[in-house]
Amino acid sequence: MEEKIIRTQGIYAEFPRKGPSAAPSATHYCPGCGHGIIHKLIAEALADYGLQDRAVVISPVGCAVFAYYYFDAGNIQVAHGRAPAVATGVSRAQDCVVVSYQGDGDLASIGLNETLQAANRGEKIAVFFVNNTVYGMTGGQMAPTTLIGEKTVTCPDGRDPLTQGYPTHMCELISTLKAPVFVERVAVSDIKNIRNARRVIRKAIEIQKEGKGYAFVEILSPCPTNLGKSSVANNEWINTEMVKEFPLGNYRDNTATAEPIVRAKSDFTTESLEKLFDIANIPATIEHKDPNFKESQVKISGFGGQGVLSLGTMLTQAAQAAGKQVTWYPSYGPEQRGGTSNCSVIISEDRIGSPVVYHPDLLVAMNRPSLEKFQNDVKPGGTIMYDAIIGDVKLPEGVRGVAVPAQELAIQAGNPKGANTIMFGVILGLGLTGLPDTAFQSALAASFAKKPKLIPMNLEVLAFAQKWVKENVK
Amino acid sequence: MATTLLKGNKAVVIGALYAGSDCYFGYPITPASEVLHEASSLYPKLGRKFLQAESEEASINMCYGAAAAGHRVFTASSGPGISLMQEGISYMAGAELPAVIVDIMRAGPGLGNIGPEQGDYNQVVKGGGHGNYKPIVLAPNSVQEMCDFTMLAFELAFKWRTPTYVLADGVLGQMIEPFTFPEKAITPVIDNKKAVAGTAETRENLVTSIFLNFDQLGKFNDYLQEKYAKIAAEESRVEMQNCDDADVVLVAYGISSRIAKTAMDLARKEGLKVGLFRPITLNPFPVEQAKKLAKHDKMTFISVEMSNGQMADDLRLAIECAKPVKLVNRLGGNLIELDQVMDAIRKAAK
Repeated sequence: MEEKIIRTQGIYAEFPRKGPSAAPSATHYCPGCGHGIIHKLIAEALADYGLQDRAVVISPVGCAVFAYYYFDAGNIQVAHGRAPAVATGVSRAQDCVVVSYQGDGDLASIGLNETLQAANRGEKIAVFFVNNTVYGMTGGQMAPTTLIGEKTVTCPDGRDPLTQGYPTHMCELISTLKAPVFVERVAVSDIKNIRNARRVIRKAIEIQKEGKGYAFVEILSPCPTNLGKSSVANNEWINTEMVKEFPLGNYRDNTATAEPIVRAKSDFTTESLEKLFDIANIPATIEHKDPNFKESQVKISGFGGQGVLSLGTMLTQAAQAAGKQVTWYPSYGPEQRGGTSNCSVIISEDRIGSPVVYHPDLLVAMNRPSLEKFQNDVKPGGTIMYDAIIGDVKLPEGVRGVAVPAQELAIQAGNPKGANTIMFGVILGLGLTGLPDTAFQSALAASFAKKPKLIPMNLEVLAFAQKWVKENVK
Repeated sequence: MATTLLKGNKAVVIGALYAGSDCYFGYPITPASEVLHEASSLYPKLGRKFLQAESEEASINMCYGAAAAGHRVFTASSGPGISLMQEGISYMAGAELPAVIVDIMRAGPGLGNIGPEQGDYNQVVKGGGHGNYKPIVLAPNSVQEMCDFTMLAFELAFKWRTPTYVLADGVLGQMIEPFTFPEKAITPVIDNKKAVAGTAETRENLVTSIFLNFDQLGKFNDYLQEKYAKIAAEESRVEMQNCDDADVVLVAYGISSRIAKTAMDLARKEGLKVGLFRPITLNPFPVEQAKKLAKHDKMTFISVEMSNGQMADDLRLAIECAKPVKLVNRLGGNLIELDQVMDAIRKAAK
């Protein structure tokens, strides 16, 4: 009679990735271990649904670190606990079927955050969680799922909830989240349970085939080596003790209503990028060389919300419009919320060194704290422009002070919201930056580009401020 | 040539998009957050994938996954976040996965503050995670280079299949300068020999960094070291100014190199023979170029850095301590002041 060998589909016939010296068709798992059964059920499901060419199987850290020896599909081996994050990366990048295979320490301890977050996002992945209540690969330490009273090498007197907490219930935890499509706990402790596990594992794979989202299957599984039991005793223990703590059954099944998740297709064309950045409407670079142009270092400071940063960017735009080298550098972070904020602008003919201004030629101070903080840093012969509202000031010697009643002038110019433009116009009027009128005008136009109706009004304010300087500042 | 005003943190995202990156995974941290903000707005507009991860560990592992699937992945963070990513970056180096990571350095150690510093030099340039690996590290010093070097980083990361950093700081991230857009975007192709992409062509492939057999891992490590030696021979880049006749050379990268440049110009006006040696690649460090300068009869190197001599150490190693290496630095979030550098130059030139 001819001998017939029925091979498991989806698993390699031999396992050369184990290395040259090992028995080519034996697994690395211990006798009585549940991983072999679970591998077989997953692999068969992938094969039966015709998914091996679409599947990526993720091997965790733990005894299943070598899952890639066996699964005849694309394989990725990852860091301890990070399989759900890696699975997320694969699944977002590529339209494929992603299987994340993890043990209890990996999934429920070091990787708990990644586990819950991936579940909560409803990632398109099937997570197979092998719960055998113990760390296997590292030598039998306590796991998050170790039962109360169960002895391991790190709880030799049995797990005591007062010092080591209680077993973690992953199906229950995950089913509190909205996004998961399917959550079920099964066991591979006897034939009946294995048949049921097969059905449930296939369902999780089917959900992936249809692209419907997150499926989580917890599998109670024996580890006779680390539990110090015979294979038979270990399985009996699962059926009598473990299921009391971890009841078998379905915790979520939205497969009937879940819709396939479709990810966008990446667009790499230059045309699309140019459209996105509106490159056609960016004016060409102007180069205007002037060997006599004098570098200006400007510091602008005031309360957050006083337009300090935007006055700086307007000045930057003016310099850019005049074809000069320019840098703008803000104070950033918590400093800009609540307290004072400032920015540095440097305008130069040549490549600019440090963009941070420590000793300004021009200080624009919008409030008293700013004035007091920076006035002594101003270069001898420099200028301090400050808001006249600050009142009496005592400026350092050798520095010119210009008090600008910005708010009042803005009202006089017919634009009460134009105090910032007044300041901008005074900088122009004082001729401190060496930039032409046209540069200031086009900077105004650029900064109001989104509200073009306001441009003529602000140009008037700019001219008003220039005139005010001429008539009032010596 | 379209030139506009742009923030450094946006320029890196533009570089990544033109370089064909279609996956961004990141986590907020000042002063790198604008990279995340810009990516969240720009990637989806092109059908590319953006996800705010739950942590830096998760974001780098998402990068690991998408890179394993053959895609051009991109992330950014700052010191504390980079510390958290080190595990994943070590795994990427071990699995030979390309990725581009931007570090917008802030001041440390610990929570430190959000001001600019260059204290991540060692953790970035030396590898930072466990094991014998070294990433490629590029150091821009302008908004333009924030974009250009990000594009170059993708090229090198894929050429050598290794994680590659763009190492910048809070100033370069936050500042605005004139910026010229790249002219042509890259359309990436999945490498079917390496990727695990869930396709028939890549079904046989495996991405892993585990070698249970000591001899096998030894061989793999030897191979990695050979690769790093080739990178050192072929990819080191440096910008040198006024070095030919110099007897004082300022060595600086990133924002410090701009302060050093101003100091050099000033010193030259005073008649001092000062040059600037600006490593563009910190790994590989431009060793040969530094060695040549060390052969000048009279030469003092001044390492200008916002860290505690981390780069000065590499410089001393590069020149095999043949000439004195002085240190000018400032820590804690403030930039080095011009006067500090000038004082050191004048002292060295005496």
